[in-house]
Amino acid sequence: MKTAAVLAALGGALALQTTLSGIMVGGIVPFNLVLVAVVYLSLAYGPMTGMLAGTAGGLAQDALAGGIVGVGGLTKTLIGFLVGVLGAQFIVSNTLPRLLMFIAATFVHELLFKGLQALVAGRGFAPQYSALLVQALVNGTVGVTAFLLVERGPEAVQRRRVRRASFSKRRF
Amino acid sequence: MLDIRRRTGWLFFSLMMAQVLLISAQVSTRSGAKLLSLVTFEAFSHVQQGTAGVVHGMRGAWGNYVALRGVRRQNETLQQQLATLQVELQQQRALAARTQRLDALLALRTQAALPTLAAQVIAGNPNPGMLTITINRGTSDGVQADMAVIAPAGVVGRVIGPAARHAARVQLIIDRNAAAGAMGEQTRAGGMVVGTEDNPPLHMELVSNLSELKVGENVVASGLDGIYPKGYLIGKVEKSERGSGLYRNVTVRPAVDFSSLEEVLVVLVPPRPAARDEGEK
Repeated sequence: MKTAAVLAALGGALALQTTLSGIMVGGIVPFNLVLVAVVYLSLAYGPMTGMLAGTAGGLAQDALAGGIVGVGGLTKTLIGFLVGVLGAQFIVSNTLPRLLMFIAATFVHELLFKGLQALVAGRGFAPQYSALLVQALVNGTVGVTAFLLVERGPEAVQRRRVRRASFSKRRF
Repeated sequence: MLDIRRRTGWLFFSLMMAQVLLISAQVSTRSGAKLLSLVTFEAFSHVQQGTAGVVHGMRGAWGNYVALRGVRRQNETLQQQLATLQVELQQQRALAARTQRLDALLALRTQAALPTLAAQVIAGNPNPGMLTITINRGTSDGVQADMAVIAPAGVVGRVIGPAARHAARVQLIIDRNAAAGAMGEQTRAGGMVVGTEDNPPLHMELVSNLSELKVGENVVASGLDGIYPKGYLIGKVEKSERGSGLYRNVTVRPAVDFSSLEEVLVVLVPPRPAARDEGEK
C-alpha cells in the first residue's frame, strides 16, 4: 500500500510537472513537483522512504530531461534522507514548520543541483536567488496544501456529508 | 530501531556512491546513460502523449465553445487586416521576383527548400534546471539526434538523443548548455549564440570588437555548426557593446516565444558528420 502510494505520488508529480511546464514551455518553471513529492514522502514516511523516493524520482527526472543522469538523483537522495532524519528528530506536524522544511529543502536542492551541474558540465555556478525564492515559496505552498488535503480532506468530506444528512432530515 | 537506522545509513551510503559512480562514468566517457534514459523516455512518452491529449482536448473545448465572445468584431478587424496584407503581399511578391533575378545575375545558388516534419509539443521540461521539450515524433518518423527544430518565427533548438519511437527530446536554444553558430544579417559579423539564465536569455559570443553589430539587427544561423540551417532567424540584438578584450558583449532577444510553443518543425536533414563529432566531444 505504501509502495503504491509512493509510486503514485512520484509518477503523478512527474506527469504533472511535464504537463504544466509544457503549457509554459521555455520560461523558468517556478516549481519542482518531484522535489515536493520527495519532501512530502520523507516527512510522511521517514528517511528510508524519502531517500528511495528521492533516488527514483531524481533518476527519472534526469533520464527524461536528457543530459547527465544521476545529478538530480544524487541531490534528491540526499534531500530525502536529510528531510526524513530532521522530520523524525523534530516536530514537523504543523503547517509552519512544514512550510519552512519545504522552503529550506528547495534552497538546498537547487544550490546542490546547480553546483553539481557546474562541477560536472564545467559551466559557471550562478544561481538566481530571486527565482529560487519564488520556486521555494511555490513548492512550500503546494507541499503544505498537499498535507492539508491528505490529512483533513477525508474528515472535511465526512463532516459535510453528516451536515447534509441532518439538514435533509430536518426539512422532511 | 537501531538495526533499521544502520540499514538506512548503509543504504544511503550505497545509493550515494552508486550515483557518484554513475555520474563519473558519464563524465569520463562524455556520453549519457543511454539505456536508462531511453527506457525511461520511451515508457514515459506514452504518459506524456496521454496528458497532452487531455490538455489539448480541454484547450480545444475552451477555445471552440466557451471563448467565442467578441468573435464577430474580431472577424471584421481581421478582414480589414487581410485586405491591407494582400496589398503588402503583392508588393513583397514583386520584391521577391526582383531579388530572384538579382540572385540569378550574381550566380548565387538558391537555397533549396528543406524537408521538414510538423510535430506537436507534448511535454515541457521535467527538470526546472533544464530547458527541454518533448515532441510527438521519433525515430519511426525519421527523427534523429542533432536535427534542428524550428518554428515559423525562428530557431527553436535541436533534438538531443536518444529519441524514442514516437517521441523525441528537444533542447531549446535558450538552455544554458545550448549553442549555435550565428551571424548578423546585415553586417555578417560571425559569432556563437549561447543560452544563459539572464534576461534576454541569449548571448552572442566571439563577436569581434572590430565588427559593427548594431542593436536591432537580426541574428541568423550561420550554418557553421552543421546543425542549424543557414539563414534561419535566431533573434534580434538587444545590446551590443565594445568589450574589454577582443570580443563584443552582445545579448540577443530570441525570435521565438518559448512560452507559447505548441507546434514545431523538425528539419529532416541529418547533421554534418563534423558537427556530430563536436557534439560528442
